[in-house]
Order: sequence, then C-alpha cells, then structure tokens
Amino acid sequence: MPEVLKASFAVEFPFTRSLGPVQSAFLTGLRERVVLGVRTSDGRTLVPPVEYDPVTAEEIRDLVEVAPTGTVTTWAWNHTPRRDQPLDTPFAWALVRLDGADTALLHALDAPGPDAVHTGMRVRVRWAEERTGAITDIACFEPYDGGPDDGGPDGGGPAGPADHEGLPRGATGEFEDPITGIVARARLDYTYSPGRAQTAYINALADRRNVGERCPSCRKVYVPPRGACPTCGVATSEQVEVGPRGTVTTFCIVNIKAKNLDIEVPYVYAHIALDGADLALHGRIGGIPYDQVRMGLRVEPVWTERARYPDHYRPTGEPDADYDTYKELV
Amino acid sequence: MTRDLPVRDIAVVAFAQTDHRRTSEELSEVEMLMPVLHRVLAQTGLKTADIGFTCSGSSDYLAGRAFSFTLALDGVGAWPPISESHVEMDGAWALYEAWTKLLTGDADTALVYSYGKSSPGPLRDVLTRQLDPYYVAPLWPDSVALAALQAQALVDAGDTDEPALAAVAARSRTDATLNSHAQLRGSVPQGEYVVRPLRTGDCPPIGDGAAAVILAAGERARELCDRPAWIRGIDHRIEAHGLGVRDLTDSPSTRLAAEKAGAFERPVDTAELHAPFTSQEVVLRKALKLDGGVRVNLSGGALAANPVMAAGLIRIGEAAARIHRGESDRALAHATSGPCLQQNLVAVLEGDPR
Repeated sequence: MPEVLKASFAVEFPFTRSLGPVQSAFLTGLRERVVLGVRTSDGRTLVPPVEYDPVTAEEIRDLVEVAPTGTVTTWAWNHTPRRDQPLDTPFAWALVRLDGADTALLHALDAPGPDAVHTGMRVRVRWAEERTGAITDIACFEPYDGGPDDGGPDGGGPAGPADHEGLPRGATGEFEDPITGIVARARLDYTYSPGRAQTAYINALADRRNVGERCPSCRKVYVPPRGACPTCGVATSEQVEVGPRGTVTTFCIVNIKAKNLDIEVPYVYAHIALDGADLALHGRIGGIPYDQVRMGLRVEPVWTERARYPDHYRPTGEPDADYDTYKELV
Repeated sequence: MTRDLPVRDIAVVAFAQTDHRRTSEELSEVEMLMPVLHRVLAQTGLKTADIGFTCSGSSDYLAGRAFSFTLALDGVGAWPPISESHVEMDGAWALYEAWTKLLTGDADTALVYSYGKSSPGPLRDVLTRQLDPYYVAPLWPDSVALAALQAQALVDAGDTDEPALAAVAARSRTDATLNSHAQLRGSVPQGEYVVRPLRTGDCPPIGDGAAAVILAAGERARELCDRPAWIRGIDHRIEAHGLGVRDLTDSPSTRLAAEKAGAFERPVDTAELHAPFTSQEVVLRKALKLDGGVRVNLSGGALAANPVMAAGLIRIGEAAARIHRGESDRALAHATSGPCLQQNLVAVLEGDPR
C-alpha cells in the first residue's frame, strides 16, 4: 500500500466570552491588583469565585477581598514548560489557598527547583506588568516568607499587617470601567491524515483521474471514497475509475463573494454525477452563462496548470442527459 | 439500603476492540472503527439493520475537525436513516444513553461504539480545552500536570508514595501481557519525571483505538449470548469543575455512583477501573472500598492502553467479556472523564448463577 498522505494544520480560535457579574468583578480586580473571592451562605470564601455554590447550587454574589499571599495545598514540578504555559523556565504548578480563602486557585509557582517547593509553603502573587483583566494578570506565584495576613483563625475577612505587596483594602467588586468579556485565544497544531481511501483518491487526482470505490454488497460506486459504504456499513476497497465527464444533477447560483475568493459572482455551484459513480460530488460550473446552467447538463473537468483538483467543470456540448438516468442521484 | 431496580433486564452481549497503537495514521477514523463494528456484530449474528438504537462517543478536539463523528456513521450504515445519537464523551456515557433507551422499551438492541485518534494532535494540550475557560484553560495546564497535582496531594496525605505508584504501573503492564490489544505490555521502565511526582511509567500511553459493545434486553439478550453480562445498576456523577474546591485525594462522585449502581450491596470479584494515571487507581480503590480480594484491571487497564473516548467503554466491555467467558460472576466497571477524575460512571455487571 502506498504511504498515506499527511499534512499539518492548525486550529485557532479566539473565543469571545461574556462574563457574569462575579467573573467580571474577579478579573477586573486582577487588573487592579485586587483578588476577590465570593462568600457562600455557610460562610466559606471561594477563590477563584464562581456564580453558584458548588455544593448547594445557590446563586452567590457576595464578593470579598482576600490577600495576595497564601499557602500551597498541592504542587507538581514542571521541568519542561509547554507552549503557552505561564512561565518558560521550569516551574511548579500549584494550588494556592490565599489567606482569607477556603478554596485553592491553580497557577504557576516560580521557584528555583523542586527542592524549594513543598506543600504548606508560603507564596504570594507576582503581578504581570501589563494587566488586562485575565487570569494571566497574575504572572505567577513566588515564594514568600511572611505569615498569613488574615486576622483570625475562623478564615474570616483578611485584616493583617501592612505589606509592600499591598493589603486587602476591603474591595467589594465595584470598579471603574469593569471588563465584561474576555477573548480566550487558543491554537492547536495537528497532523492530518485522510486515511487509505481518500489518500488513493487524492493520489489519483494528481494524475487527473477520479477514482471511486465500489461497495462489495450493494455495488454502488462512491466518489470521493471514504472507505465505507454508508448504506451497508461495510468496507469498500475495489477501486473504480469514474468520469471524467458527468451530469449536473442539481445546482445553485452563488451571488455573494466569499472572502479571498478570486471568482466573479454570480457563479454556479453544482452537484455533478461523474459517469460510473453512484454519488454526486460538487464543483463549480464555468464556460457557460450562469443562467443557462440546468439539470442534466453534461460537463467535463477543466484543469489548470499544476492544479491538484479540477478548477471547474464546463459543458461538453453533448445533448442533455435524460432525467431518468440521474434521478436517483439528485 | 433499597434501590429502585431497572424495569427491564439489559445486558452487554458482545464486545470488541481494536489493537491500540501509538498511531493509526494510515486509517481514517471510520476505517479504524469498521473492523470493530463488524466483529461485535459477528459475535451476535446481527446486522446493522437489525440494531434498534445506535449511540457513539468521540471528540472533535482529538480530530481537530467539527462534526467529525458524522464521518464515522458511514461505518454503521446510516442510510436509510437509523435511530442514532452521539455524546461528546467517552463511549461509557454513550452506553448509559443506550441503556436508558432500552429501558424505555423503544428498542431491544443497541450498538454502542466509541473511538479516538490521539495521534493527530498534541493530546496533553488538546485536553486543556476541556477546562474552565475563564480561570484555568488560559494557563494551559496539561493533563499530566493536573494528574501530578493529585498525585502529590495523595503523597502528602500518606495515601501512597512513588514506589507504590511504580508497583501499580508494573502490575498493570504485567497483566496486560495477556491482553493482545494492549499498547504497552510487560516490563516498562518507570522512567523520568514527566511532571513530578509522576514518571513516564505512571502515565498512560497515548494512542489510537476504538471499541464497540452490543446491548440487548430480556430474552433477546439470551438469544444473542450464552452468558449475558446483566447490567444490575449503572450511575454517573460529577464533581465541581474548580480543582481547588475538591479534595483531590478522594472521589466522592465515584463512591456515590457506585452506591447508586448497587456496587456495595454484595462484593464484586472483578473490577475494571478507568485510571489513566497510577495515582488515580489509589483514589478509586479507596472510593470503591476495593480490597485485595478483588481482581483489578486484569486487562492492564488504561495504563496499558488509553484510547481517549474509548478507554471507559473498554472497561465495561472487558468486565462484560469476563462474565461472558465465565471468569467472573459479578464485576464492577468504572469510567472517568475530565481532569483528576472529575466525572465518574460505575456499572455493576452480573452473569446468571451457575
């Protein structure tokens, strides 16, 4: 079997996400170097804050400021940072319970090595220089040798001694110019392989041939082949050359120009049943005014220099095909 | 404790899986899946047209392509139209949906399949896209890093240590020598740290694979299988998505699902646990109260083959196949999804008394 084709591709998506009141306050707070938690009805403070109590599902909105200092509750040493992670030098992932909070926040901890990290160690926020209202406004955590800033053993409101990092100032989540949304960018890189059947199809196209596959059960010829008969659910393997000529089974007239498309509108996009195929594929129709394209029109592919697939199909000049010859393929 | 028992007896009557491999790039997803579908149908003599309901599990993020599952439908003969559904989750959850469909009486047989090709993309990064998109995903904590946080929490709690984790890895891969489908078998070096405290050996192999089972109700199950694996109970539960809200050393959702599935009513003799990381087996054994008398992951488990989206369904299939072969009378099967065992499904399977 010839080697299957492979190609790399990237999927990128800049998801634009709306924030609810709690998330908006938390992320705006980070921009202002303030960490907010949310108080549940039983008195716990959740950091990072959520809009619904994870235990009772009750809506919660009572925002309270917590300290930018805290304690590591668990950690993991990451000696080979991956793309897009907070630090590009070895660091620890850590869950940090900030002073005044009852739950832990996940972030990176910048430390010289795994021997410098332990559960229970004291850390503080290192703020990013440029802050936009995102979790990455916390650049990372860093070791900190001070004690808890919160005043009492009840995990209540933070009220400790002053610190150059800035104390909780009793912020309540009211900020000027609050952010209401974030853009979460992501990119994933893949290597795509179309598999055996489609590799054979694409390789044949390089020789300007159309190769379909016949179902061993119902004998239908599928093009492009995907290696399976969708009616019988069995593998197809017998290769069958189809076309190059075919019949327009149905079509539409495109009036809106796609971005970066070098084709004048209006143009016709059609389903074309290649001779010998039991499934229509689609292609553009050229070489004929758009308003003269019709069902039953006989067409042939037009190849351009070095193209890997037909640029378009044009009329062959043959008489139109009789409807009965292609009605099963419409 | 009393429990409402299902209104209809439903059993796993057939199970098939691929040989799981690091890459199957020479095959499209449907090409990889189809032999498995044919094998599971052949076990029962059913044809696709005989199946009352079809349900599948897969993930577009593995393929990097929207609606990728629709292409796989070619493999089940979806034309003329069939009664079909899909979950963007492990196939164990597709099985749950099929089970409820059979309970309604709308169908007597169901085909459940799932597949995942992890080879096209960077799996550790791909899985970050299932995390909270506001507070966590922008930091790109990969799947091994999150499991490592859980492992360290277990070490700190005194629940395990690195030699104990290495023993879990060694036992799993030794057991997998008897599983011809497994990707990693026999002696595998524990290796270097991937994300400390987890070493290569503590992590599952990354690979491609597929699995399928057939469910049948009542007498239909007895016609299709000599010894059906009756689903005596099945339940799934989820925990808070905030990792810092959870006690990572415990799995209350697994325990609750097991309780609702009736797992604690009588001892099981076999357990197939979906624990991709060695440390997660420690958590699950504790949550499920499994003692040394229960045979755990004789297939090698997810440490021997972890085709994402199929590995949970395979646990149910492996447990059922043991009952089919008369090697188990009462088995527990577990599937997980999400970071650090966030979502858990437990099924209890039984063979007829002998």
